[in-house]
Amino acid sequence: MNDHKNIKVDSSRRKFLRNASVLVSFASVPISFSLAGCELEAQDSIARELLQKELNIWVHLKEDDTVTISNPTSEMGQGSMTALALLIAEEMDLDWSKVNIINSPAVPDLFGVGWNGRGSKSMITVGSRTVRSYYTMLRQVGAQSRYALLKSTANEWSVPFDQLRTHNGFISHPDSGKSISYGQSLAFFDDGIKMPDFDENSLKQPKHFKLIGKINTRVDVPEKSDGSAIYSIDIDLPSMVYGVITRSPVNGSKPKLMNKQELEGMPGIIKVEMLDHGVALIGQTVQDVLNAKGSIEIEWSSAPADEHSSGEAFMSYVKQADQSEVINNMISEDGPVEEAFRNATQVLKADYFNEYVYHAQMEPLNAVANVKDNTAEIWLGTQAPGNARSAIANHLGLKEDEVKVHRTYLGGGFGRRSRHDYAIEAIELSKRIKKPVKLLWTREDDLQYGMYRPLCMQRMSAAINDQGQVVGWKHVIYGTGGGLLGSGARVEFYDFPSHAIGVNNIDHGIRTKHWRAVGHGPNKFAIEAFLDEVAEKTGKDPLEIRLELMKNHPRAKAVLQKAAEMGRWGDPRPDGVGVGLAFAERSDSLAACVCEISLTEDSEIRVRKVWAALDGGVIVHPDNTIAQMEGGIIMGMSSVLKEKVTIKDGKIQQSNFHDYELLRIDEAPEVLEVALIDSTEHPTGIGESGVPIIGGAIANAFANLTGKRLRHMPFTSDRIKEALG
Amino acid sequence: MEKMILKVNGKSHEVEAAPSDTLLWVIREKLKLTGTKYSCGKAICGSCTVHLDGTPVRSCVAPVASATNKEITTIEGLSESGLHPVQKAWIEEQVAQCGYCQSGQIMQAVALLNKNSNPSREEIVGYMKGNLCRCGAYMRIIKAIEKASELG
Repeated sequence: MNDHKNIKVDSSRRKFLRNASVLVSFASVPISFSLAGCELEAQDSIARELLQKELNIWVHLKEDDTVTISNPTSEMGQGSMTALALLIAEEMDLDWSKVNIINSPAVPDLFGVGWNGRGSKSMITVGSRTVRSYYTMLRQVGAQSRYALLKSTANEWSVPFDQLRTHNGFISHPDSGKSISYGQSLAFFDDGIKMPDFDENSLKQPKHFKLIGKINTRVDVPEKSDGSAIYSIDIDLPSMVYGVITRSPVNGSKPKLMNKQELEGMPGIIKVEMLDHGVALIGQTVQDVLNAKGSIEIEWSSAPADEHSSGEAFMSYVKQADQSEVINNMISEDGPVEEAFRNATQVLKADYFNEYVYHAQMEPLNAVANVKDNTAEIWLGTQAPGNARSAIANHLGLKEDEVKVHRTYLGGGFGRRSRHDYAIEAIELSKRIKKPVKLLWTREDDLQYGMYRPLCMQRMSAAINDQGQVVGWKHVIYGTGGGLLGSGARVEFYDFPSHAIGVNNIDHGIRTKHWRAVGHGPNKFAIEAFLDEVAEKTGKDPLEIRLELMKNHPRAKAVLQKAAEMGRWGDPRPDGVGVGLAFAERSDSLAACVCEISLTEDSEIRVRKVWAALDGGVIVHPDNTIAQMEGGIIMGMSSVLKEKVTIKDGKIQQSNFHDYELLRIDEAPEVLEVALIDSTEHPTGIGESGVPIIGGAIANAFANLTGKRLRHMPFTSDRIKEALG
Repeated sequence: MEKMILKVNGKSHEVEAAPSDTLLWVIREKLKLTGTKYSCGKAICGSCTVHLDGTPVRSCVAPVASATNKEITTIEGLSESGLHPVQKAWIEEQVAQCGYCQSGQIMQAVALLNKNSNPSREEIVGYMKGNLCRCGAYMRIIKAIEKASELG
């Protein structure tokens, strides 16, 4: 919070101010930014470069009034590169049409932020953390930048600071009628100005916002509409060669290459390289390496994951749960839960199942690496540039400042691109061949060597008293995925008199990973569907039972009520239409939806209409927030209705989009409306909020339509037929 | 390897390639037109869509030899300014999220509107269902096509 106290402005920078292009650089970063001390300079060549160029780290203002703002976040479609710049521009009173945004270097000490603005700095873009974490800090940067320009002008005009006003990139003095643009004011800019504190209370109040909540376009949309946006796959370096890797079909198995000579003799192949987890082919063109990849013959060693088959794992979870409901890793426990179950009038139990799910970002993993003797460069679409940089330095035995990570757009991330396994592979190949290498994962590679949302089972139990009230709530997760499994299992907005919620992790040796909204997808599906089962058992309406449980949580209640009102909850539906609702919190945001479904002749679910409401605190970028909700709901629908990775004897059984199907446009809802709740609270995460609400809503709509329960995602026609008997 | 002439976005280019090489990689690696994307390599997702004589084709499975003597149009050749009516509509509706599939979506949508200037919703989703969007921008793709149809 008090980061800005550490700001030092070195007087030696003044000489620069006579030059054409000037900085406003009083960033709220807790570093000693003085040239004299130069700790930072010694540590980091990128920072050194910044200092030498006299670029400040966040805002670069030019005499022609253009403003370039540094973007520290990974832009993967979530829109935060625009939202963060808006935060600075708002406090600075900038003319938004003059703002350009560039990616900052991958230097977390300079450009990172702690979670919710606290703790150690990171540039990782995960968990819908970006806007809520940078919200105060970047508005402080804006306020400081504005202050410095104003103070210089007050001195130059010999007028009291308080009499100056700013608007749309101009400073004016109403009493004298004087006015000057920010760019022009650089002529007398004084960067020796002492900066006051700008705490949260001294920043603009939401009612005075002119840009936050008002701008509805994203800066990256035009170049994503004409093919000019650059992803790492588009990078082209002189004398670059191409690499592909055939990786272990079973996690952990080791390769023995059977036809090295043959491969080396194939057209365009430069080198065949052995890796621990696979065999790499390096060639002159993508076509060369893809052609050769088809001929590769490898014998694989056995591995522990050979034993694992996903279908059997589900049966073992049920068996384990039937034997004992001991919770190894308790997530949340409150009240006399065992007593509640002992004394219950009735106990309701149900098991919910979730398959492995694949990220399926449209741009398969890839990277362009160029390793030289004492330096390395990489062009990378990454959610974690700082971590990638450290890992590369570590891998090569270099210092961090000898590694440069060039950040490109990401053709989707969804959690997969916060690991940097693909970056290290590219670096290793470039190191071995001593040339720039573009490493390409094929779609098959990307799917079969994926890191999946965990396989899991949720055993749900409710103790119900003679009044029909839930007095005990138990939620035990069995699955493979460690800490990923428990996210979203807490019931922070439903006040049960007692509860026990926890995880029993069983390691199957499969790679698992955060997948948009992490465990919230599976867990909120189980919670919301089971709550409807409880409502049915106790003769309550699904909306009524939730509102009762939420009675002490007015914000949550308001979101659910809004969705219910939009979806005309309680109104009769036409024949053949089922309706369901669900609520979920994610990344501190609150969301709810009502959906209408019908069944096709082939027993497939069609989600016809969705009405969703979101409380995300102050909404920095409303249209993008709606887009994120739409996208989250549709990606959620895809996972709920269609997606599953199945594993047999350790091998992934799917290979491409023909057998790992995603939702297509003809399956999108006819209506998808999103309402944003007005709020002046600190922003919360919005990028994942659409995902967790849709599973429960669809399952509940199915029960409303058919009287039967779906407890195993995805809800394929086979499972629907089975449920219908 | 053979020398062949490809006519791309109104210009002729001589390229050296095996006839069976896929059009996608020739466009991307030899002609350096990177707006056309690789995603599935099996004509299942539509990210690589280009036009051959105005017909949308999945360039990831089209042999380059099939494209000689044809007018090849990529996203870069849709308009000089990047403001073809469909691109304008795409910007107005703020369709793109990660953006990776959007070149293919736009090429497919242009082909639709060239054939049918006033498609119904059913015709839109029927024609566009070969193009995947993982970010889930489908609602806006439909709106943008409807808008482009109005813009004419």
